[in-house]
Amino acid sequence: MAVQDFVAPRSLGEAQIAFAEGGGASWLAGGTDLLVGIRLGSRDPSRIVDLKRIPELMAIEVESDQVRLGAAVSAYDLLRHPTVAMLYPGLAEALALIGSTQIQGRCSAGGNLCNASPAADSIPALIANRASCRICGPKGERLIPVEDFVVGPNQTALGGDELLVELVLPLPTGRCSDAYLRLTPRTEMDIAVAGAGVSLTLDDDGKCLASRVAIGAVAPRALLVEEAGQALVGSRLEEAAVQDAVLAVRAAAQPITDKRGSAGYRTHVVGVLVARAIRRARARIAGEEIV
Amino acid sequence: MTVQQEFRVVGSRPVRPDGVDKVTGRALYGADFNMQDQIYGHILRSPHAHARIKNIDCSRARAMEGVLAVMTGEDLQEPGSRVLGSGEGAIALRDLTPMVMAQGKVLFHSQPVAAVAATSPELAALAAEAIEVTFDVLPVVTELHAALAEGAPILHEDRFPDGQPKEPTNLATHISAQVGEPDAAFAEADVIVERTYSVPMCHQGYIEPHACVARVDGTGQVDLWCSTQGHFTVRGYTAALTGLDEGNIRVTPSEIGGGFGGKTTVYLEPIAVILAGKSGRPVKMVMDRGDVFRATGPAPGAETRVKLGATRDGRLVAADVECLMDSGAYNGNPAGFPAFLATACYKLSHARSVGRSVYTNKPKIHAYRAPSMPQVTLAFELVVNELAAELNMDPIDFRLLNAVEEGDSNMLAARYKRIGLRECLEAARTHAHYRSPVAENGGRGVAMGYWINAGLQSSATLNVSADGHVAVLTGSPDIGGSRASMALMAAEVLGIPLDHIHPQVVATDAIGHCDVTGGSRTTLATGQAVIQAAEQLVAEMCRRAAGEWDVGVEAVTWSEGAAHSDQGCLTFEALAARAGSMGGPLTVSSSLTASSAAPAFAVHICDATVDKETGRTTITRYTAIQDAGKAIHPDYVEGQMQGGVVQGIGWALNEEYLYDDQGALQNPGFLDYRIPVASDLPLIDTVIIEVPNPLHPFGVRGVGEVPIVPPMPAVAEAVFHSAGVRVARLPLNPPRMVAALTGDDDLV
Amino acid sequence: MSVSMNKLPVRTTINGEPRIFLAAPGQVLADALRDELQLTGTKIGCNTGDCGACSILLNERLVCSCLVLAVEAEGQSLQTVEGIAEDGVLHPIQQKLLEHGGLQCGVCTPGVVVAAKALLDANPDPTEEEARYWLAGNLCRCTGYDKIIRAVLDAAATMREGDTP
Repeated sequence: MAVQDFVAPRSLGEAQIAFAEGGGASWLAGGTDLLVGIRLGSRDPSRIVDLKRIPELMAIEVESDQVRLGAAVSAYDLLRHPTVAMLYPGLAEALALIGSTQIQGRCSAGGNLCNASPAADSIPALIANRASCRICGPKGERLIPVEDFVVGPNQTALGGDELLVELVLPLPTGRCSDAYLRLTPRTEMDIAVAGAGVSLTLDDDGKCLASRVAIGAVAPRALLVEEAGQALVGSRLEEAAVQDAVLAVRAAAQPITDKRGSAGYRTHVVGVLVARAIRRARARIAGEEIV
Repeated sequence: MTVQQEFRVVGSRPVRPDGVDKVTGRALYGADFNMQDQIYGHILRSPHAHARIKNIDCSRARAMEGVLAVMTGEDLQEPGSRVLGSGEGAIALRDLTPMVMAQGKVLFHSQPVAAVAATSPELAALAAEAIEVTFDVLPVVTELHAALAEGAPILHEDRFPDGQPKEPTNLATHISAQVGEPDAAFAEADVIVERTYSVPMCHQGYIEPHACVARVDGTGQVDLWCSTQGHFTVRGYTAALTGLDEGNIRVTPSEIGGGFGGKTTVYLEPIAVILAGKSGRPVKMVMDRGDVFRATGPAPGAETRVKLGATRDGRLVAADVECLMDSGAYNGNPAGFPAFLATACYKLSHARSVGRSVYTNKPKIHAYRAPSMPQVTLAFELVVNELAAELNMDPIDFRLLNAVEEGDSNMLAARYKRIGLRECLEAARTHAHYRSPVAENGGRGVAMGYWINAGLQSSATLNVSADGHVAVLTGSPDIGGSRASMALMAAEVLGIPLDHIHPQVVATDAIGHCDVTGGSRTTLATGQAVIQAAEQLVAEMCRRAAGEWDVGVEAVTWSEGAAHSDQGCLTFEALAARAGSMGGPLTVSSSLTASSAAPAFAVHICDATVDKETGRTTITRYTAIQDAGKAIHPDYVEGQMQGGVVQGIGWALNEEYLYDDQGALQNPGFLDYRIPVASDLPLIDTVIIEVPNPLHPFGVRGVGEVPIVPPMPAVAEAVFHSAGVRVARLPLNPPRMVAALTGDDDLV
Repeated sequence: MSVSMNKLPVRTTINGEPRIFLAAPGQVLADALRDELQLTGTKIGCNTGDCGACSILLNERLVCSCLVLAVEAEGQSLQTVEGIAEDGVLHPIQQKLLEHGGLQCGVCTPGVVVAAKALLDANPDPTEEEARYWLAGNLCRCTGYDKIIRAVLDAAATMREGDTP
């Protein structure tokens, strides 16, 4: 209860001034991590700068070659947007797994990134979809790949005065799709013990032209496992290729043992999830029923 | 006793009288009540799980502006050797007091050490942090076997269980019992199965945290508003801990947001009363969710070894049960009854049972729905299933061969009167669920369970208003719809419309003593007080009608809400309207110690499918069958069954207290203490069997607790069949199942 | 750490009525509803967004009011459990919870009512599975969810019938 001050700026410029003045300020998007952190004593901002009244952070723009998702748009709005969930069903799966309906009403993809939990659900899905982060700071803007945004548990590449404005996703082209799966003991209201995001592009014969595989909750941050994607490229996603991808993610995983799962289990199950996510994305491209 | 068989309104499903308030948000729970000019209490809790308190310096906190009272454990009475209550409800003050606030030593993490009251909750929290406590930190032990090992840190150097060597150990209790000659009987057995299963410590997980407001007025009268399963218990415990006279304390129960046994004691109330006395201001206290998990009484973890022998034709001949239970930091007496009752569903002439409990640096365990019975039943029923399988017998047929019935006894030497266990088993055997094929890759488990149920003390008062409406007052907090059943029972006897009955739970000074809402006793015992009071009211009305008609009272009968004789008819409403001129206000009370408690039995069937790659289990179908004696309001009987089942499913699959090596709870919240959510479950099918309890006027049996007894073994059996492996330690969470399936223990 | 004495005025519409209240900048909406506005129908079970007892609608969006700052409600429209019944007439979900016995202790019920109303507004014909997933953030320890789910599906059916001319 040490928050002394709250401001809700209407523009990026105002926001940066408000943040700089604050000295110990926190950005607020959906608040589903920040307010829990304040409650449990792990966060102690003196000023809160709300981002939800800044148009750029609340916009969803579908353009000819890319989709821009404002960093503070709620998961609920992303899921109900007429094209976002259709274009990126795996990202939609990830967003729909964050917390509860109530949490999804507030939480945002940008917040999920900035909170930088190793177990964040949306990050592997964003990595699989080649998302980039548009960052704005006093010295101007920069764009970095989403896999480089989180650098460690609760640590991001943001400078102290920088702000994540939006996520930019290339528009999918050709026969492609994605999938995200995670393992939690409960069906909902849980934190991933392991997560796997996969994107696939196939040619008309079912041969894999491109693939990205990303894993969550098995390393200090979500990882892009390029070897796993490469294991699939050129294959027809035969079981052998899938198993090569599984071996690659298990080799890449560097999990810890904690209350949510042992390192051994996480390594085991992330492979299971990657194999299933590959099959799921493939089934989506083929127009098969997803179970 | 004649047991009524035909009913007019009992057994129907009306909307509960408190329902509209609850769906519109008007109902007031513990934290929803405020007193004029109130201030706020906050507790400073120990950061250590085992330490001596060397010094508490409150001077900085006291000096803060807005801080109006500070207290420590020294403000509570010295426990001495005093014991409160009697029988099952007895508790020594030395086991109760330190759960409210430590005196001299802390034995678990987050144990209260001091408290402050200040003008805002935020200020109170800051002031509590300003209290400086010097601890002498001691080594910690949280695991049962480690606590018993040589060289373990000793929690209580001055306690030795009866009959044990007088040397300091962490053994809290050790009891044993035997019937017949089990060793000789095992020699007669054709098949013997012996297994050990363990269950983790878990929490009741009620959604409403503890909360109260206390005021001490100028004359020393204490007013306490709180969320509790028993406000008379709160009054007695608060008096004992504060040294105030019980008669000066009035406790008003709020609506209660779940308890399951966990709210049958005090945590905040004595602190709020002391702070209110010191400050001269009403003090409100609300427990933080994390502290609910860290510092209120959970259910004990347990390890139970069961050895059973049977003859080739399927007769159980001998049982040997040994149960080791976690008591937490103080004596919560977890291993008494259950060890003796493990065999209670079975005809067994030869059995031995040993129960031991152990002190560990964790909160003292407390009651949770059929306390300790699920833990021992897990092992017992799984061994029964294995035995049936070895004998190539259907598990229900095997149980039918061995199930207790009228005239049989259990190890507490209680001889059963008419019970419905066989009827439950027959219903299970013929149920569509049991007759359906098991899903491919799925498994099915059956298990049965027993609970003793309590009677205890209850009171009821009926006040009749001039328009013929009746206020039904009791002192039993309504935790799951009991006001609806009180109204139904009163309406049944009185013969008046249900909506003329207004059941209420009233304060300690407004009704005779009532024991806690627990032991599945409220509808049975408090209901019996309501029935008796209603019968007295009918008798009084008949007497008045007889006077009016100038006939003998024996010439008057009561039916359809009216007195009848050959002189005519006087309705309840007419007699109520004319009460003033016919003998005065119509008010009757009944108080009793119920001797009508009868055991409850349940049979459950569970289907589950284990994902063999991830180890995740999905419960695909569940059916609970239970003898309710007579279901007064079937919706709320079914509700008890479904709720108990799902708590048991949670315990079987995911719920577990996780401590670090310093004794700090790692999962003190609903995110990581995983109670089941809606999407984890199927519908829970229920079958109510009604074999009337011959001791109760309406045939009622307690129904609330036994539904949590069979689920762990039923779920585990289904999981084992689906996975093709048996696992000796619950919860059967994904890592544990994969470890069992792969044989790689590092995966757990 | 210190206690903020600084309070900000918050102008909102709550259950259709304009309301102005004062909130400390770090105060969560659940506390403000209960302590500043005496709307105690909104319950607090965990304060960390894990139990759903404090569910409200913020601009018709289902949220946990323990994870919204009170000051964020400036200019917004809120609906709490106290505003779900209209003119004393229970909403079908409230009526069906009563008819099915879909509550025991009742402390999760306000959150369930609000969350289920939001579900039925968004999806008039939910499957059992959809209802279960939508309500997964509303913990209930008493009922095992069975009668809650039956009530929600029955309320949906009743509302669909009501919509048919």
